[in-house]
Amino acid sequence: MLVLLAAAVLSLSVGSAGIPIKKIIPLLMEGKGSVEYSILFNIRAPRIILGLAVGGALSLAGVILQGMFRNPLVGPYTLGISGGAALGVCLNIVLRLSKTFGLISLPIFGFLGAVMVILLVYSLSLRKGILKIQGLLLTGVMISFISSALIMLFMAISHAKDLQGIVFWIMGSLEEPSWFLIKVVLFLSTLSLGISYLFCLDLNALSLGEEEALHLGINTERTKRLLFIIASVLTGCSVSVAGIIGFVGLVVPHFVRMFVGRDHRILLVSSFLCGGSFLIFCDTLARTVISPLELPVGVITGILGGSLFIYALTKKQAAL
Amino acid sequence: MKETMLEIKNLTCGYDTKLVLQDTNLKVEKKEFIGIIGPNGSGKTTLLRAITRVLKPNKGVILLQGKDIWQMGFRELSKRIAVVSQSLPTGSMSVEEFVLLGRIPYLERFQFLETKRDLEIAKQSMDLTDTLRLKNQLIEEISGGERQLALIARALTQKPALLLLDEPTAHLDITHQVGILDLVKRLNRDFGLTVIMVLHDLNLASLYCDRLILLHNGLIHKEGAPQEVLTYQTIEEVYKTVVVIKQNPLTSKPYVFLVSEEERNRKPT
Repeated sequence: MLVLLAAAVLSLSVGSAGIPIKKIIPLLMEGKGSVEYSILFNIRAPRIILGLAVGGALSLAGVILQGMFRNPLVGPYTLGISGGAALGVCLNIVLRLSKTFGLISLPIFGFLGAVMVILLVYSLSLRKGILKIQGLLLTGVMISFISSALIMLFMAISHAKDLQGIVFWIMGSLEEPSWFLIKVVLFLSTLSLGISYLFCLDLNALSLGEEEALHLGINTERTKRLLFIIASVLTGCSVSVAGIIGFVGLVVPHFVRMFVGRDHRILLVSSFLCGGSFLIFCDTLARTVISPLELPVGVITGILGGSLFIYALTKKQAAL
Repeated sequence: MKETMLEIKNLTCGYDTKLVLQDTNLKVEKKEFIGIIGPNGSGKTTLLRAITRVLKPNKGVILLQGKDIWQMGFRELSKRIAVVSQSLPTGSMSVEEFVLLGRIPYLERFQFLETKRDLEIAKQSMDLTDTLRLKNQLIEEISGGERQLALIARALTQKPALLLLDEPTAHLDITHQVGILDLVKRLNRDFGLTVIMVLHDLNLASLYCDRLILLHNGLIHKEGAPQEVLTYQTIEEVYKTVVVIKQNPLTSKPYVFLVSEEERNRKPT
């Protein structure tokens, strides 16, 4: 919680036009109308909120999927959902649909792509009314490959201008002009946090394996389906609004697990908050490192997340 | 009058490609200590999985205390049946946390924390199984025998009426084998727990169980007290192995001796 607050404040203050931290509070109180106020409110605040929502959503999806699959290498992007979203957006850019339907059609296409993949993966993994977890994983990975191949195909045949758009979108960014979309993502991610929290004990039981969870009185079929759908919706909407911001959903759950243990009652909330603050922090870095130019935030999350993770891992092994 | 704990009627059950159990009937009284024996693939584990609702029967019903288990909720069932499965637990969770998972069936949907009573019950079951001293250690750091005890502690924390064990002594040394089975026997005697246990070791089964069920090709080949089931004719017929059976000098229960090929071919003098 504190980390989140600190990251948010830091991000508010730092930027190509630096605003000292101690000036922020008076600005918020009475600075209406000034240039700094509008920078804070119209440029930085939306990014922070979106960062919280997307980072939280991806990490939450990561925790849920890793818990469900009992596999630490699974992340929200393993199941092909992001691939589907990216494909949707690509299609939109290549067919110039955003010219006719407006910019808002990009995230909508992304979300449609994600939903298609979710339905496909889900129905392919249903065998006799039982959701096969391993099947889910394999189909997801394959669909992910297929969609990235299709994206490459689109990239190869598209114009240079479109190409830049696709690449930029795929790299991911928290730049989002529409307050409405930000609110939707924030709403969906906190709602999912609430729903998945009701299943924290089920997730604890599932960490022993499906059959053991059944012995503990968990309706594993229902739980698996619900959790898969929650994780998919979380991934789908973050990807369609913010693009493919890598690593958050894979690394943050691990990182949090190292500190708070494996109990999902703590893990779910702390991953959400940590994911949010991590993304806000990375976004702040991305905006400031070579300011006034902006780096893709995925670059920062990858480099920072990966190296922090390796550092923590080696340190932990040394301690054992 | 005896109370029936579990009644299996005309159970036919199996997997996609193969039906393992055929038309099985079994009645288990309260406080009985039952051993299920039989060669590999004879349907022992399948029977356990049918009782715990992991497998849906193709035919037949399973009644637990007179109620069809498929009419019960998952939680209700797990308050009555606890399972000690074959696979030992892994993972970095403390023994106490692991044992507390057994309270999950008793927690309400909106209740996220265990109550004092839950903690008390977990403590009791760790005390009974001699795992209380391990409670802060990680599951992955304790020995196989200790893990098996933790698994039993978790099952007891579910406060079941019926305890199912799937080869609880596999991979354990003789100290732990006897330790585990003595513990289960104690639970059966002192707390009135009904026990159904799958065992490979015929001699352990003979030593501890009141009644043995011998499965063969998905059918109950023979059932009864150890001395009725463990005869050399029956064992040789089902296991296709030559054995000699003598009485255990202390308990007068049957003891199965295996005979090697060399010995078999040696002509009796």
